[in-house]
Amino acid sequence: MASYQNIFTQIQLRGPAEMGPALGGYDFPRIGKPGVSYWMGKIGNAQIGPIYLGGLGILSLMFGFLAFEVVGLNMWASVGWNPIQFVRQLPWLALEPPGPEYGFQLFVPLAHGGWWQIAGFSMTTSVLLWWLRTFRRARALGMGTHVSWAFASAIWLMLVLGFIRPMLMGSWAEAVPFGIFPHLDWTAAFSIRYGNLFYNPFHCLSIVFLYGSTLLFAMHGATILAVGRYGGERELEHITDRGTAAERAALFWRWTMGFNATYESIHRWAWWFAVLTTLTGGIGILLTGTVVDNWYLWAIQHGYAPSYPGTGVVDPASLPGASQ
Amino acid sequence: MSAVGKLFAGAAVAGAVLLGGCELGPKTTQQTGFRGTGMDQIVDPDHVVKLAAIPAPPYATPDDSGPRAGQTYQNVKVLGNVSTERFNHLMASINQWVAPPEQGCNYCHNPENMASDEKYTKIVARRMLQMTLNINGKWSSHVKNTGVTCYTCHRGNAVPTYKWAIAEGTPDPDTILRNKHGQNSPNASVGFASLPYDPFATYLAGKAQIRVAASSEYPSKDHVVSIKDAEKTYGLMMHMSSALGVNCTYCHNSQSFRSWTISRPQRVTAYYGIRMVRDVNADYITPLASVFPAYRKGPHGDPYKVNCQTCHQGQSKPLGGVSMLAANPALKPPPTRVVAAEGGAAGKAVPALMANPQAMTRRP
Repeated sequence: MASYQNIFTQIQLRGPAEMGPALGGYDFPRIGKPGVSYWMGKIGNAQIGPIYLGGLGILSLMFGFLAFEVVGLNMWASVGWNPIQFVRQLPWLALEPPGPEYGFQLFVPLAHGGWWQIAGFSMTTSVLLWWLRTFRRARALGMGTHVSWAFASAIWLMLVLGFIRPMLMGSWAEAVPFGIFPHLDWTAAFSIRYGNLFYNPFHCLSIVFLYGSTLLFAMHGATILAVGRYGGERELEHITDRGTAAERAALFWRWTMGFNATYESIHRWAWWFAVLTTLTGGIGILLTGTVVDNWYLWAIQHGYAPSYPGTGVVDPASLPGASQ
Repeated sequence: MSAVGKLFAGAAVAGAVLLGGCELGPKTTQQTGFRGTGMDQIVDPDHVVKLAAIPAPPYATPDDSGPRAGQTYQNVKVLGNVSTERFNHLMASINQWVAPPEQGCNYCHNPENMASDEKYTKIVARRMLQMTLNINGKWSSHVKNTGVTCYTCHRGNAVPTYKWAIAEGTPDPDTILRNKHGQNSPNASVGFASLPYDPFATYLAGKAQIRVAASSEYPSKDHVVSIKDAEKTYGLMMHMSSALGVNCTYCHNSQSFRSWTISRPQRVTAYYGIRMVRDVNADYITPLASVFPAYRKGPHGDPYKVNCQTCHQGQSKPLGGVSMLAANPALKPPPTRVVAAEGGAAGKAVPALMANPQAMTRRP
């Protein structure tokens, strides 16, 4: 195998563990004795740890564990605490949100969706605390907070699905169940109820950015690996001091499609595509049922969808004397 | 084993796991609607339900002359106007279609007194004959001229293979213990999805609204339908799909499951089928609750009822669309009883257009 076919990390450093710079003013120490993993070194840094957990990390993990346990124990109870059935039926099992009869009531009886509310609250708290943690860790390292705001975009979609839209609709029953197959069936039912989500323009935008993200990721990853033989993976140095790797990568794309992103701007492309995926997705979900009730009809009415020749079929319920 | 060998072995195992649920082999595809709309039926010839062998009539169908059955026999309440010869022929056929071979006539009749109603099976059989006449007469919007006989459902069994009763349900809905909320179980009646698995009580015994999507683009106070209702409807549709051995686009255009103007005429047939099943369950089977013994009833004490699978058994047309009425004219009610098919215009205008869907794809 040629030495530059570098689809795995070729070089692993061995030496005293890198502990990171000392930072003042924090109550919690970094924890864990650093170790070295050969196989993790194949895909990243061979050094594992230490980790900074801190107060926010501990609280976030506690709420996350609580949500995980509430969901898991509800699922286990639904099969009568039978461990074999729990494993066999796990993909089907769920913790369902309250029914429509409870509206957006704050406290719903536990067996009728109250546990779902507790699990949802715990998961949301956990995620928000983790968001704060990413913000504070970035600040502590003197970094920008780009990771936090990208994460916030994903949290936006999560909150729209599980809280904001149900609140606007006045019904917890609009929210997503916890469960592997159940949340997928919910997605299909959501689309059927609201007249086909594919005609929701924000859903379209979200898909464009999602697929675009994977395309950009593949293009960028491939480009950097391809110029690895000239030190192209040292992207930050090439941003400030363009070397032959950067020149060749830029030239490759300019020859191929007339335009090239730069070593710096390609990361803005990736960041915006990722952020806009969930940002537009959340807007699309938020408009569904609140502003538009049937996306197919909306699209036909606004010339957004093509209308195909009808088949001449008439709704039997619209005929005189029809049985309902 | 070399590293490459291990990699290939691993890939082979992973591939087998991932593809284990796939149906391999060539498929036949038929376009059924406008180009580019995904309107087609994909059939895997290896998994098509085999055509059931229809039993030959016990003997040639006699003509309708001679004395009436009501004159010859006592206590004939349904087919008294049929000739005695034809009546006997039908009884012999029912022997083939329904009665267990070791019991024969005695499954319903007391051999000492054939006119006696002492066996519950005879009461049920009489009601089922009325039901068959009702289906073949009033519900031609669904069964067309093919019609049904006892064999359509029974297929040689005393009790049809495919039937339903109200699901066992939750011991106590106020606890989470053994409470699946009527869903989230691998259940064949909804195609092993996690959807609510008893759509029958709601839609085929009850008359709950199956339509969930709105008929106007903007929200309205007149159309408040929960996603949970959409999941229930979805469950019923999964049942219909597997009962008929077809995909969604056999009836619907997936652009809009709601819109009728882009649906196929099969959806109209299914619409009447749902109403027919409700009629059968409400008027013919549920009233027999006091007649059936406990071991012929479901966990909640309701008799076993009918759904799409009861007749269709995996085929879009039961028994492959073969009509058994010609050999059994007694089950076809006289024309005076035929009620005009509801929505006949909807059913008639369409087949000419749909007979050649490829023609629709020609550009103007």
